[in-house]
Amino acid sequence: MSLAARLVVRRAGFTLDIELAAADGEVVALLGPNGAGKTTALRAMAGLIALDDGWIDLTGRRLDDPATGAFTAPEHRRIGVVFQDYLLFPHLSALENVAFGPRCRHVPRAEARRRATDWLERVGLAEHQRKRPRELSGGQAQRVALARALATDPQLLLLDEPLAALDARTRLDTRAHLRRHLAAHPGPTMLVTHDPLDAMMLADRLVIIEDGRIVQTGDAAAITTRPRTDYVARLVGLNLHRGHSDGTSVTVADGFTLTTATAQQGPVFVAFPPSAVAIFPEPPAGSPRNRWPAVIETVSRQGDNLRLELRGPITVAADVTPAAAVQLELEPGATVWAVLKANEAISYPA
Amino acid sequence: MGLLYRAPWASLPRRLTEPGVLDALRLSLLTATLATLVSLVLGVPLAWILARTTFPGRRLIRALVTVPLVLPPVVGGVALLLVFGRDGLLGRWLDAAFGITLPFTTAGVVVAEAFVAMPFLVITVAGALRGADARYEEAAATLGAGRWTAFRRVTLPLVAPGVAAGAVLCWARALGEFGATITFAGNFPGRTQTMPLAVYLALEQDLDAAIVLSLVLLAVSVTVLVALRERWVSGVL
Repeated sequence: MSLAARLVVRRAGFTLDIELAAADGEVVALLGPNGAGKTTALRAMAGLIALDDGWIDLTGRRLDDPATGAFTAPEHRRIGVVFQDYLLFPHLSALENVAFGPRCRHVPRAEARRRATDWLERVGLAEHQRKRPRELSGGQAQRVALARALATDPQLLLLDEPLAALDARTRLDTRAHLRRHLAAHPGPTMLVTHDPLDAMMLADRLVIIEDGRIVQTGDAAAITTRPRTDYVARLVGLNLHRGHSDGTSVTVADGFTLTTATAQQGPVFVAFPPSAVAIFPEPPAGSPRNRWPAVIETVSRQGDNLRLELRGPITVAADVTPAAAVQLELEPGATVWAVLKANEAISYPA
Repeated sequence: MGLLYRAPWASLPRRLTEPGVLDALRLSLLTATLATLVSLVLGVPLAWILARTTFPGRRLIRALVTVPLVLPPVVGGVALLLVFGRDGLLGRWLDAAFGITLPFTTAGVVVAEAFVAMPFLVITVAGALRGADARYEEAAATLGAGRWTAFRRVTLPLVAPGVAAGAVLCWARALGEFGATITFAGNFPGRTQTMPLAVYLALEQDLDAAIVLSLVLLAVSVTVLVALRERWVSGVL
């Protein structure tokens, strides 16, 4: 167990209180909406802000512990940080930026430059080592920032929104590149992002925080199939409802019951994808169990399909093809019948 | 313009080579430069403290830094005499411990000029520091740089144009310093008589001499400012 921490930081109107752990070689993503406290957590781990309560242990060393007054300054922590906008020193070349860390640790100049050259080669920027940060593209600057953080041989690597500043195309390349380097990093890595795709592609485990608290943890599969908050459900594109289950019958709202594929007892979440909701202009024939009348609130594009927000006994999102939308004259304000395929609705304990 | 119009052009070469003129000029340039160095050594850290730290009484310190800007320089000179004079608070101690007396010496000129000119440097550098992104210092810290290393290798280079601009302003102000200098250091040719003092003295005896001295001071300061502006502070001043 390489990193173990309980981070408590109090600010006016906001309290961060989370427990984190990461093993050697593990990549953990801190995922959450803006203002959830992700960056605060990262800054606390780096030592750029002091904890108000809790503790930070890194490879058996206590770095911060307000209870005993122990606090290790950031320059003595051996934690590498890749900042959101990289913060490459503008007056130094790429090589000097990467050599900065080793130089601060009293590595002789020639050796520091050799290490920096080596790292720039590893991130594929050997021919750019003399360039100033402003002469580098966004993707190149990101790689220099990564090389600079790794060149200090850190015991913990922290990345703050490492891909947020990049355009969509550079992002794909850089993500794949980053993934390789994170896999090669022997210590634990903590990654902060608000992008679920980045988190799932780069991390072994996700920790989702909202309002300074952890709301859900797990690997990508658990998070994508079993969201536990509206925020997570939206991130992974599922409808989520809370209810009370009796077998496969779940009461989700006043007297409104859904039938699910799974059987549970007691308080549960029910999740289903928008594609599991079919739309009919009239009450469907036969007697499908999960059906209800609904009013279309909004219609928006979602990939190749159209996404409908439906107001009814429960609020759900449904996906329909553009052809169906035209045929059924689906417009905001129209009243339709929604039918949920029971075999695509799963329930799990709340 | 007025100076140029009234200048005694015919006798200019002779007057320029009078020994008193060159002495005063040399002394002016020397003391202004030394005063700028003193201001850099004391003023840059002070600016950093004002821009980057918070402590009780910071507002008071900031106000005190700007006092020499609004204080009549003569009053500043009197204050310096009270502190560094032979019977002054620090002067007595300096005299007893090291045998150093500042008033009416060349070193006294430097002190007086630095006292009056340093606020220009401090305010300019503090402004540049506030404009510079403090997160670069945080990035340096995560790379293992202590505060001093981060300041020297990251912050200072980032605000170098601001420091240069502040130093130029400071030097220019020191070069023209009159009131505090004459009060604290007196008016001894070759020792404490800088150009502005020489101009003032000449004005009472020989108007043409005063005009010549003024022209020299004007020419030197304009030349230096233009040269520095080209080399160091283009786009800042």
